[in-house]
Amino acid sequence: MEWYWVAEYTPKFVEGLWITIKLLILSITFGMILATPVGLVQVTGPKALALCAQGFCTVVRGTPLLIQLWLIYYGLGSIFPFIPGIRESFIWPALRDAFPYAVFAFTISVAGYSGEVMRGAFKSVNKGELEAARAFGMNPFTLLWRIWFPRAVQNVLPTLAGEFILTLKSIPLAATITVFDVYGVGSMVRQETYRIYEPLLLVAGIYLCLAGIIIGFFRWIEHRSTKRRLIMD
Amino acid sequence: MSWAGFTVTPSGLDLLAFSPPGWGGNLLQGLGLSLQIAFGAYALGLLIGLSGALGKIYGGPILRWSFEIYTTLGRAIPELVLILLLFYAGPDLLNGVLESLGYARVDINALVAGIYVLGFVQGAYSIEVIRGAMLAVPVGQIEAAKACGMSWLTRHRRIIIPAMIPLALPGLANLWLIVTKDTALLAVVGLSELALTTRQAAGATKEYLMFYLAAGCIYLCVSLISNALFRLLERRYRRGQPDLV
Repeated sequence: MEWYWVAEYTPKFVEGLWITIKLLILSITFGMILATPVGLVQVTGPKALALCAQGFCTVVRGTPLLIQLWLIYYGLGSIFPFIPGIRESFIWPALRDAFPYAVFAFTISVAGYSGEVMRGAFKSVNKGELEAARAFGMNPFTLLWRIWFPRAVQNVLPTLAGEFILTLKSIPLAATITVFDVYGVGSMVRQETYRIYEPLLLVAGIYLCLAGIIIGFFRWIEHRSTKRRLIMD
Repeated sequence: MSWAGFTVTPSGLDLLAFSPPGWGGNLLQGLGLSLQIAFGAYALGLLIGLSGALGKIYGGPILRWSFEIYTTLGRAIPELVLILLLFYAGPDLLNGVLESLGYARVDINALVAGIYVLGFVQGAYSIEVIRGAMLAVPVGQIEAAKACGMSWLTRHRRIIIPAMIPLALPGLANLWLIVTKDTALLAVVGLSELALTTRQAAGATKEYLMFYLAAGCIYLCVSLISNALFRLLERRYRRGQPDLV
């Protein structure tokens, strides 16, 4: 084991860590924004939307993320240049960069997996609570925002934490489309120093820490929300 | 329409034909390798899972803790990193042992390497699924088996493991779906399974969208068929029992 290269590559790893975190936070945020309606329409209907949402979840969960990523980056990326006028438009610089494609692919993935979780979550909320909210005269949006959504999320926090860990663990895949996250930097070090194990072990260590932070964060939220519930009971 | 016709031009779909210049045959070959690896890795994972679960339940502190470390690390480190680590470390260790014993070095073929790497990753998940299911077998059934005078082995072979299967099946079905999708990750270490074959086909023909869509459809079919089979299996193993939900 030789670690002489660590000092030299530290700035690169910090950059990679920043990209990893950015990718994780963006895809979880956008993913959950998408997952909420995907889960909700499967409980409330209308039937056609529910079927669409179910189909979306099945397709996303039934295909490997790597293929989705390549489909979006290479597949969509190969089509965009053929759209007339796109090269002159303001979104062209973003379309040439790999990062937005990675965010998009991970967002879709989070939406598919968490949408399924949210379906169960919305279903699990006690009917009486929703009826009480309606009896108070809440309109559907207030009811969703103040009662249904918070109660649903509370019920599935541990499951969601598990899904987010899975998302974190899939972020190294972005390195296959030239987004240099921590893993991508590790592979670069591997190629430049010819050391096989040390960079991989360092990358594994960093990802372990990130997973630990996510677990700790969710424990804290869970603890907070249950404490509040106990006081209110 | 130049760009909308991009994927539906006849020359595009001809590229999926089974004989060259079509790539369909290669894709099917890739699928074959993917499925072989998935089967092998799943079986290896189950083997590790069963022995690990027994070790975690009955073993002493050292055995229990080593399995605990294995399941924690195996589930917390990204699969891609684990796959690379195991892919290089396994043959290195094996050859080290062989050399120190005075044997010649061996080359491990791709199929075996893929099975061993994914099986090891799967094992960490399997242990937890099987352990949970074994602990969920009603104590009364185990006591009844003991009262009948069954030995430890008979008790496990005839009562605990059969009673555990319906409880473990949903988790195991999930693991099978995960392993079929994880075979795609082996593209990174250069195994020509479905994902890498697709990538080569797409690169060679420049028909990226069509080939990745085709691969997606193939993986989706595998998932849907496996889902249906596992549902049948679950129904068979849960016959005579009340529904879980």
